[in-house]
Amino acid sequence: MKLKTHLMAGTAATLVALSGSALLAQDMTGPNGETLAENQTFTYRVLDEFPSIDPNLIEDVEGSAIGRNLFEGLMNQDSEGNVVPGVATGYEVSDDGMTYTFTLRDDARWSNGEPVTAGDFVYSWQRAADPATASEYQWYMGLMAIENVDAVMAGEMEPSELGVTAVDDHTLEVRLSQPLPYFAQMVTHTTTFPVPQATIEEFGDAWTQPGNMVSNGAYVLSERVPQERIVLTKNPEYWDAENVYLEEVTALIINDENQALTRYLAGELDQTDVPAGQYPRLSEEYPEQAVSVPNLCTYYYNVNVTEAGLPALQEQSVRQALNLAIDRDVIVENVTAGGQRPAYSLTHWATAGFEVPEADIIGMTQEERNTMAQEMLAEAGYGPDGEPLNVEIIYNTSDAHRSIAVAIGQMWQQTLGVETTLSNQEWQTYLTTRGDKNYQGVARAGWCADYNEASSFLDIMQSDSGYNDSGWTNEEYDALLAEARTAEDPLPLYQQAEAIIQEELPILPIYFYSTVFMMDDAIEGYPLENAQDNWYAKDLYRVAESE
Amino acid sequence: MFAYIVRRLAVAVPTLLFLVVFSFVLMFAAPGGPFNSERPLPPQIMANIEARYGLDQPYWKQMWDYVVAVVTQFDFGPSFQYRDRTVNDIIAQGFPVTLTYGLWSAIVAVIFGVALGVVAAIRQNSWVDYTAVGISIGAQALPNFVMGPILVLVFTLWLGLLPGGGWYGGQWQYVILPVVALSTSYMASIARITRSSMLETLNSNFIRTAKAKGLPMRRVIVRHALKPALLPVLSYLGPAVVGMITGSVVVDVIFSTGGIGQFFVNSAFNRDYAVIMGITILVGALTITFNLIVDILYAWIDPRIRY
Amino acid sequence: MTEPRNPGTDTRDIDHIESEKHGEPQAEILDATGELGEVKGRSLWADARMRFFRNKAAVFSLGVLGLVMLFAFFGGFLAQYDPAQVDFSLMGANAYRGVPSIETGHYFGTDVDGRDLYARTVIGTRISLLVGIVGALVAVIVGTLYGATAGYVGGRTDQIMMRIVDVLMSIPFMFVLILMLVIFGRSILMLFIGIGLISWLDMARIARGQTLSIKNKEFVEAAVATGVSSWRIILRHVVPNLLGIVIVYATLLVPGMIIFESFISYLGLGIQEPMTSLGALINLGTAQMNNGTLWMLLFPLAFFLVLLFALFFVGDGLRDALDPKDR
Repeated sequence: MKLKTHLMAGTAATLVALSGSALLAQDMTGPNGETLAENQTFTYRVLDEFPSIDPNLIEDVEGSAIGRNLFEGLMNQDSEGNVVPGVATGYEVSDDGMTYTFTLRDDARWSNGEPVTAGDFVYSWQRAADPATASEYQWYMGLMAIENVDAVMAGEMEPSELGVTAVDDHTLEVRLSQPLPYFAQMVTHTTTFPVPQATIEEFGDAWTQPGNMVSNGAYVLSERVPQERIVLTKNPEYWDAENVYLEEVTALIINDENQALTRYLAGELDQTDVPAGQYPRLSEEYPEQAVSVPNLCTYYYNVNVTEAGLPALQEQSVRQALNLAIDRDVIVENVTAGGQRPAYSLTHWATAGFEVPEADIIGMTQEERNTMAQEMLAEAGYGPDGEPLNVEIIYNTSDAHRSIAVAIGQMWQQTLGVETTLSNQEWQTYLTTRGDKNYQGVARAGWCADYNEASSFLDIMQSDSGYNDSGWTNEEYDALLAEARTAEDPLPLYQQAEAIIQEELPILPIYFYSTVFMMDDAIEGYPLENAQDNWYAKDLYRVAESE
Repeated sequence: MFAYIVRRLAVAVPTLLFLVVFSFVLMFAAPGGPFNSERPLPPQIMANIEARYGLDQPYWKQMWDYVVAVVTQFDFGPSFQYRDRTVNDIIAQGFPVTLTYGLWSAIVAVIFGVALGVVAAIRQNSWVDYTAVGISIGAQALPNFVMGPILVLVFTLWLGLLPGGGWYGGQWQYVILPVVALSTSYMASIARITRSSMLETLNSNFIRTAKAKGLPMRRVIVRHALKPALLPVLSYLGPAVVGMITGSVVVDVIFSTGGIGQFFVNSAFNRDYAVIMGITILVGALTITFNLIVDILYAWIDPRIRY
Repeated sequence: MTEPRNPGTDTRDIDHIESEKHGEPQAEILDATGELGEVKGRSLWADARMRFFRNKAAVFSLGVLGLVMLFAFFGGFLAQYDPAQVDFSLMGANAYRGVPSIETGHYFGTDVDGRDLYARTVIGTRISLLVGIVGALVAVIVGTLYGATAGYVGGRTDQIMMRIVDVLMSIPFMFVLILMLVIFGRSILMLFIGIGLISWLDMARIARGQTLSIKNKEFVEAAVATGVSSWRIILRHVVPNLLGIVIVYATLLVPGMIIFESFISYLGLGIQEPMTSLGALINLGTAQMNNGTLWMLLFPLAFFLVLLFALFFVGDGLRDALDPKDR
């Protein structure tokens, strides 16, 4: 009896499903003719609450993803990270490379039906640079080298004097203070997205709340519960709405990555990060779902080369010995174990237009490196037969950083007889300690590119860079980077700069990141080739589970 | 009694003020600041931001402005970390969540804890006692950051009965696991305290007298023994309830409930001064309130205590 | 129906004079922090000891506790590996090559970093025990004296003292700890001080609550009437009568401290690598629970549980033995 009921119910469900799919058959095909699932939703995990989802203020990677879905800038990135039209259909560059003229599409609209005009961009950029906005990403506007931007940010000029003007509603002119070959790449960043002036003036800081927010992207904000979730729904006013498949995109804020993984496996999430070291097992158990793609970040240790640091570490040969003794293969294969690659230089290998420079250390076996390291350390008078050396490794609190610090500490100890003291600190304390160069050894660091170009990495080691926590200065290096800014082919200059780093080792590069995550195999369209992991929900769709 | 309550409430004001000053001092002594980030901001931008939040003012001025705003307008200021929300917004959003599962946990912990403790005490040294004791130690020994993941593993992944996290306005299926994870260790403590004080009470004169009079055991327990035996439990409850409401960090992290505990820890790590202050004052006010309630209940149960 | 626990128990009614008599030697014991040898003859302490040793569960647990302590302080001699030493061949491969085994010498397997879990469990147990005992000791001594004084003296003093406790309790402990660990540097000592400073507050409230009802008892009134000084009454009459609840609470406190320490570790403020604690080990084990290395959770958790069970039964045995009313 019971069995029969089940059977009947089951049949009815199948019938409904069949008729449903038959009815929707025309609509329900993806960009490549796949059969789409009826449920076009996407739920993913984010680590933490977004400090802001106001495009001018967004400061974190996860907030940027929300920004890209709610808003659309002049240019977008395609699945490989190439620049493709967004609100602008294209742009022209003047001969001196200092003036960019963007042509805006005429069917771009805000979610309230108003057209998106060049004036919206002017307002947004002026707002981002305005000291009164106090954006933590204000520096990005400075990086774009727009005319007068530094004076505006310093409050010496009115925001209206910023070098950006609306020639007419659909033409935006940007004047730069120096040619930037990668300028178009920079306007795919959320800081440059348009914001709705009328809404901001009406609601003030509360304009980003559901109900108030007006946006011009493929999605609109429908729900936001801080520390719990954010829900975006499809924006019918979006100019390309007919090619947007997902009806609803939900980000769940889950602090604990292992919890997130369990909930993913229970079917509550479509995407989540893989905790360090768990990729090998997951890719074996779920080969269709575990994904590892390169990500433009580099993991390295700063060496405190200032006088406040350990005297031994001011000697280049000691730094070289330490560098050689790090077995990067063990770290990428056994510790992070998620498709990362050993790093012997700073710029990520997948960076557009960049090639990792050749170096002796890359070709050697670890035994050769170890032997060489022992010799160098002995020559410098340290190690087992010389002066004992105790290097402090500081890192911010995290299991993954701990594992790496433990491993490297042991490599130095086992190979070189160098003692290490591990010290983990919570983030704010860590930033202060490292920023003040108040450590006796090395400090863990990671850097992610703001835009897909080698200078985004190399800039951080400039003498006056705020992120140069090694306290290293090198005029030749600074000159090379200055020259590269305007050079026709900057690659050789970048490689020379890398060679200086490899020679002097103010940092010990460890590995190049990859993003490792689990993704429901029904979700298609994720930009796996985009090395910045800049994904757009409008490109995703859920295919029907095959029978 | 009324005069006593008024007096206690009058003391609450300087207590809270002291709390404000103390927290201010601690916060300014801590390394880092709300706008420290991995790429240090250019000084000009930092100055812009600090000016916006009044952080460029002298400390005493900041403190004064803060107290004035709180007292006159009940305005706890803007969050430094979350630009589009004020501290009032954050508390209004997170506190009801925490309060809901905190109070449920307190109820569950008291009911099961007292029941377990009484049963164990009555049947002292029997298998019932040992089982109850075993359960309560087991429950207490398992830290909730172990219990939480295990609960999710079992009830979400294996059995598929309950969602593994989220809050969704406090629908019952989202409340169960957090309450279980939060209440067990408190339940265990209550059970042990109840058992211990129940044993003590059962051996006291007036219970012996009651028993000697031939009253049935059930009546002796319920009518005579329970009230005095619960006194130490009451003492424990004041801080425990506040602990359940505020110390729910682990529950918030594991179950992504969006309660006040998570905001608190995050703001401490992010040096979000305004949120830390707001929540600190809230916790302070709660502690004072619950301690007062406990004292009143104490006097009510034990008439020998006079204030 | 409750049977008196000990066959020889005298079931006569207790009058206040007797209570008082029995209160005194206990106070001495408390003063001398348990120097057994000082008390001669069939004193109350000898009685207590006799009662304690009649409680099989408590004696057994005491034995277990002793074994755990032996393990914590001397177990390191059996370890085949240094607790900090990483076996790179096992790193990341511990799910199948770091399995617990007598042959490899990794009795408890290896942890996620390829370190010997046995050696690490030894260290973790030691640190956890220390944290628990020191923290509880500070809490009990400071809290009991403070709470008893406040409750006994009463009036304005009580008001002020308990308001101070309220204020301190309303201060978010974690923030204070972060600050302390940051400003004074992170060390085991700082952890002890930090935990001790926070944990006495609860004890003080409980002690005070109990004192409020004790101070109206006849034996205290009798002592007051005979002109005994307040301080002496607190130490001799009030504190001994708090002992039952204090000991029970202290046994709640030791595991509480251990859990608290693990919470600190969970937030990343705990003990520094390569040192570790049971809480930190359990924390790591939980993170790897699903990754095929269940032993990383089970071994530390087993020690944790055994430790807590033992502490509980010993505490309970002590309670039954020391409680002046339960004779």
